[in-house]
Formats: sequence, structure tokens, C-alpha cells
Amino acid sequence: MDLQIFWFCLIAVLWGGYLVLEGFDFGVGMLLPFVPRDESERGAMFESIGPVWDGNEVWLVTAGGATFAAFPAWYGTMFSGFYLALLLILFFLIVRVVSFEWREKSENPRWRRVWLWANAGGSTGIALIWGIGLSNLLHGVPLDSGGDYAGTFWDLFSGYTILGGIAFVLVFAFHGASFLTLRTTGDLCTRAEAAARRLAIPAVAVGAGYLIWTVAVAVDRNDKDVFPPVLPAAIAIAAFVAAAFLAFAGRSGLAFALSAVGTLSLVATLFTALYPRVMVSSPDFANSLTVSGTASAHYTLAVMSVVAAIFVPVILLYQSWTYYVFRARITGSEVEAPLEVVAQRTGGTSAG
Amino acid sequence: MMTSAVLALSIEAMVGPLASTAVDLARIQFATTSIYHFLFVPLTLGLGPLVAVMQTLWHRTGDERWLRLTRFFGTLFLINFAIGVATGLVQEFEFGMNWSVYSKFVGNVFGAPLAIEGLAAFFLESTFLGLWVFGWNRLSPRVHLATLWIAVLGTWMSAYVILVANSWMQHPVGYKIVNGEAHLTSVWALLSNEFALRAYLHTILAGLIFGSIVMLGVCCWHFLRGHEVDLFRKAAKLALIVAVPVTLLQLVVGNRFGEAVTSAQSMKIAASEAQWNTCQPCGFSMFQIGGFTKDDPTPSFSITIPRVLSYMATGSFNGQVQGLNELQTQERRKYGPGNYMPDVRVIYLSMRVMAYMGVLMFLVAAVGAWLYWKRKLDTARWFLWTAIVAIAFPYIAATAGWILTEMGRQPWIVQGLLLTSKANSPNVSTTWLGISLGVFIALYVVLGVVDFVLMRRYARPDRPSPREELPQPAVTY
Repeated sequence: MDLQIFWFCLIAVLWGGYLVLEGFDFGVGMLLPFVPRDESERGAMFESIGPVWDGNEVWLVTAGGATFAAFPAWYGTMFSGFYLALLLILFFLIVRVVSFEWREKSENPRWRRVWLWANAGGSTGIALIWGIGLSNLLHGVPLDSGGDYAGTFWDLFSGYTILGGIAFVLVFAFHGASFLTLRTTGDLCTRAEAAARRLAIPAVAVGAGYLIWTVAVAVDRNDKDVFPPVLPAAIAIAAFVAAAFLAFAGRSGLAFALSAVGTLSLVATLFTALYPRVMVSSPDFANSLTVSGTASAHYTLAVMSVVAAIFVPVILLYQSWTYYVFRARITGSEVEAPLEVVAQRTGGTSAG
Repeated sequence: MMTSAVLALSIEAMVGPLASTAVDLARIQFATTSIYHFLFVPLTLGLGPLVAVMQTLWHRTGDERWLRLTRFFGTLFLINFAIGVATGLVQEFEFGMNWSVYSKFVGNVFGAPLAIEGLAAFFLESTFLGLWVFGWNRLSPRVHLATLWIAVLGTWMSAYVILVANSWMQHPVGYKIVNGEAHLTSVWALLSNEFALRAYLHTILAGLIFGSIVMLGVCCWHFLRGHEVDLFRKAAKLALIVAVPVTLLQLVVGNRFGEAVTSAQSMKIAASEAQWNTCQPCGFSMFQIGGFTKDDPTPSFSITIPRVLSYMATGSFNGQVQGLNELQTQERRKYGPGNYMPDVRVIYLSMRVMAYMGVLMFLVAAVGAWLYWKRKLDTARWFLWTAIVAIAFPYIAATAGWILTEMGRQPWIVQGLLLTSKANSPNVSTTWLGISLGVFIALYVVLGVVDFVLMRRYARPDRPSPREELPQPAVTY
């Protein structure tokens, strides 16, 4: 297969992995102010994503690095063009990263509230901006003949891109609620189920609207036919609708699986709609950046392909293992007390 | 729209006098964020293996004191790691955001190690650190111990690949220029760049110095308060076993690193010695006043050791070191009109701060080891205070080292291939740069303060020992 297309697909896969995985931990973050009733439930929600959020975020870091290596001109134009939007993302990402580590460092209720809201605000903000940012790749931004961004910050906002942002937020909130029902017990689980049901209809409605509009934008502004983008879009809509039904039926495990399929198909729709371009230029369509025009030379792509072929399967293996290790539901009263555990395990005497 | 225009004007008014061009602002921002990032990275590199050794000792001996120390220093490690991760994200985005011309020029070569860093190292460290933190009672002790070692391996691999990327900017290898872009021709040349291997050794040793010197200082704080002396004596011993050889080795490695720099970046070495004219043999200037500008090339006061510079730069006591003036003439002939000298005063001073801090840290470690051997470590109050102050030394040394490395390469962003002044994003205005610089500085100040308070609180002697930590007492801060 053509290595340029392979890397375009791989970057789509990395974005898919990022949004499916970090999508649910964004969702859990967004629900932090609303779902839990007391401190132990808030702790349980943090713990539900505690072991995995950092690994999930690396999918983004790798997507960024892969874009730099495989499509330098795309990376340079996109990151310098979306400057202020990415600055906001970085701000939210940093605040969110430290909220995980710092919240538990004090019992002070005000301190804990600050970091809870920091996590919730960061999760919502990042989802919103990525929705807007990725939609802009397809919707088109002003590029000059040198392939550089020639617009302002406000050029990133249009009806379609804003809907993209809202769709990301709602879909991830629903995805996160479904995840939470899988990882918790008791009252917290019941309330997470209620949240999933409440979010199901708005998430499906806005998500479907966004997907349909995406196909239309691809036809209008990126010179595409309705097929193939309509195919992943249809799968995504079907998956989201099914996930909503399952949430109402109380089948939260399947609902989560299907919202993951929906999110992956959503990313597939975006990238299918984008190909063979990587950034559409509007109004000067001729200035659009293409896969072949921005790709690195064959040698770099070949080296990177070998690296990816070795590491991607290994990553999938150990990340899956992590989810397996932390498969048990969190009861909400569980306290991490390694010394006690160790004492029990070794019968109070020295370990072997 | 109105407010944004007003905001833009006021920001321009604020930063205008400080930096007149977008390049200057982009440089200030990159310097600020990368120096800040590197305050956290080396401690992660060094404290990680030390914590892993402590947990291994617990696993092997069953001595519960090692477990308590693992928990204690593990907490410090994690607080520090979180900011390293957060500020690392900024670094990756910043290449594209602020340096798009650079990114497009180097992406074929420089992007590869960055992507490898994500695939091979970041996934490893973040996933396995998550397993370590939350896996205490879900994994068998052996597997749990392995997760920490694997996370440490991830941090060390990440340091290697990112230094491969940086070293290519210092000493480009394995590439050819095609249509005004650098294209990779040999990934092996890139990965085995001698500059990178030496820089890696230098950085890993720096990390171990960070870990052991910080650990020693924290132990000494506890001795000073007479808190858990027996417990922390074990940790101090471990810290000293690492600190003495690595600080000594670093002096040698740092010196030899100078040789690689001499062959790749003669200008950097000449500037770091404020050597205006070619000399043979050359004395090493220990300290000097004046002599930092072309118009004032002779110091008004200096202490010089004969022949030592020749040895450091070339490996021979009679080696020739080229002077700034001669190099400037050569470079002008090669690259056309322009100034190819870095800021000599900054480079000279940063080199000395780094080297002298290195010597001081070796002395602290050596004296500490001697006191430990004499069984006086926990009672020699003058030393305890010294060791606490010495916690600052690795931070100062590392910052000076990066200023030397990066500012010493100027005016180039990639040595001999691309000028910094031509590498920034053409479409990113001073307004955008001003906004982002303001955001990063404000955010980093807050992060720094909170991190310092947390590290101090979790390192402090009057805190209940790890055993009584649960349930936690109400905060009295």
C-alpha cells in the first residue's frame, strides 16, 4: 500500500484511539459536578479513570508526533494556524493533568472543589475545541498560496464547526456516563445510568445532525461524492442510536461498546470526508493542503512504518491488559492502603 | 471584535519595548517553557530508578522500612512527574505553533524521533505508571514492582529519542537537502549521532544527580529535625552510593562532551571561553571581568589555568582552539554576510555556572559520604544545612547547561542549515505570541508555586510518617 495513504490512515487511527479512550475520561470529567453526591463518590469517579487517563492522552501526543513526522507541512500549518485554539487546549490539558494529581493532596473541601471544577472545565473545553478544530480541517479555513493560515481566530467559528464542538461534548458525556455505569456500583452506578439516559437523546440527535452535515460539507466544500463518507457516517449514526436504546434498556456494557464504535466511525467519517486533502482551503480551494503535497519523503515514511508496525500492537496489548487489571468495579468506599494490604497478604510478617 | 482589538493593542504596548519582533517573542516563549519543562524532567529521570531500587530492596529483603521509603519518595516522584507530563505537551505543540517554517524544514528528520518517542516511550511510561500507582493491591508484588521498572525504562527511552532530535539541531547527520527541506537518508546515522550519545550520557547522569542530591537533601532535613533518623539514614546511604560516583563521572563526561561540541560547533566552545583569537596552547579562564564583546576582547581581570582549555576542547594539552574572530570570518565566507557569534557573555557565564555547580555537588556528595562513614552524617548540622541548600544546585546547573546548549547554537536553529530568525511561523502575530507568552507565564508561576508547596509538604519532617498517613489529618496549611 502507498505509504502516504497508510500514514494518513494511521493518523486517523491515532485520533480514533484518542477520542474513544480519552472521550470517556473527558465524559467522566464533565459529569463530576453533577453525578456524585458525596466525597467518596467523587473519589470513586476520579478513581474510575485514574489509572488510564494518562495512557489515553498519549494517543494525542502520538497523533501530534506522527503528523509532524509524516506530514510536516500539515503539522506546521495546522498548529500555527489554530494557534489560539491550541493554546486554549494546552491550558485546559495542563489544568486537567494536575487536577488528577493534586486534588487528593489535601482534604480541604475548597481545594477539592477547585480541582474538581478544573477537571470538569478542562474536559468540556478540550472536547469542544477539538470538535471545532477537526471540523475546520474539512470545512475549510483561509490558506495563502504558500500553504500558511491567513485567517483570524474568529474564522474558526461557523455554524458547522460549532455544532461539531457541541457534538463532541455531548457524545463524550454520554460515552463517559456509560463507562461509569460499568465501573461503579450502588447509588453512584444508578445515577450514572440515569445520566446516560438523560444524555442519550441529545447526544444522538446532535451527533447524527453533525454527521449528516459533515457529509454535506464534504460534498460542498471538499469536492467529494456522497459515497464513501456516507458509509462510516451511517454506521456511526446507527451505533449511536443503538447505544441510546441500550442505555434505556439498562444494557450499559453494550451501550458503551456501541458509543465507542460510534465515536470511531465519527472519526472515520471526518477523515474519509477529508481525503485526499488534509486541510481544505476556503475561499481559495486551490490552496488546500493534500496528503501527497504535505507528506514526508518515502524513506522517513518507511522507517516510521517499521516503528509503528512493531510498537502499535504492543501498545494495544499492554493498554488492554491495564483495562483488564482495573476491571473490578469501584465501590466508592475503597481506600488505597498498600501497607494494610501488604500486611494481610504476608500475614503481618516480612514479604518473601 | 472591539474588545479583541483593544486587548491586542494593550498587549502590544506591554511587550513592544521588551521584544520588537515575533522571532524574539517566540524565542522567549520557547526558552521559558523548555527551561521550565526541564526543571521537572531530570528529577523524574533520576528519582524514578531510585524509588524502583527502594521497592526492589523491600521486595528482596522484606524490610518494611524500604516500603515506607518507596511510598515517601514515590509521592514526591509522582507530584513532579505530573508537571513534567503537562509541560511536555506544550513543547510538542510549540514546534508547530511558533516555528512552522522550522517544522516544515526539519519534519522529515526531526519528526521521526518525536513520533518514536510517543510510540515507544510515552505510552510505556504513562500506562505503567498508572498501573504502579493504582495497582498496589491488584497486582502481585513481583508484577507490581516490574511496572515501576518498565515506567522508568520509558522515561529513559524518551530522554534518548528527544536528545537524538535535539542533537540533530546541534550536529545534523544522515540527511540531504531536497527542495529546501531536510530529508532523512539514514536513520542509523540519526540514532547513533555521536553528539546524541554523549548528550544522552550527560543528561542521564544529570538526572541521577538530581535524584540523589534531592533525596540526600530531603533526608538531611529529616535528620535536622531528628525525625525518623533510622529510616532516612537508609535512604541517605542509597542517595550517597549514587551521588558520589555520578557527580564525579559527570565532571569527566561533561568535559569530554566539550570535545564533541568543539568538532561540531566550534563557535559555541570559543564563545563559552570568550576566546576571541585563535590560541595554542590555550589556558582555561576560571573567572574573568570584561572581555565579553568584540570591542572589549581583553578582560580587565582574569584567573587562567594554562593549557587546560586545550585539553578540554581537543583532548590534547597542546591543542589549538579557534577564536571567535577567525570563526566569524570563516562562517561569513561560507554562509554570507551576517553575525554568526552567540552572546558571548551569556555563554561564558552559563558554562561556568554549570561547571562550578557540578564541582560543588561532587564535594557535597563526597563530604556526605565521608560523614556517613564516620557515622556523623545525621548530627553534623553544618552539613545538613549545606545538603538542604544543595537541593537547588542541580536545578541551577541544568538550566545553565541548556542555556549554553541552545543559546550557544545561535544564530542557528539547525546548525549551519537554518537560521532562527527565518524559522518562526510567518502568520503568527506578535499579539498571538504576547497572549500565549502571558498565559504560559501565569500558568507556570501558579504550577510552580503549588508544586513547591506540595513537594515541601510531602517532604517535610513534621509530617506523620507514611505508616500513619491514612486516614489523612485535616490540612493545617
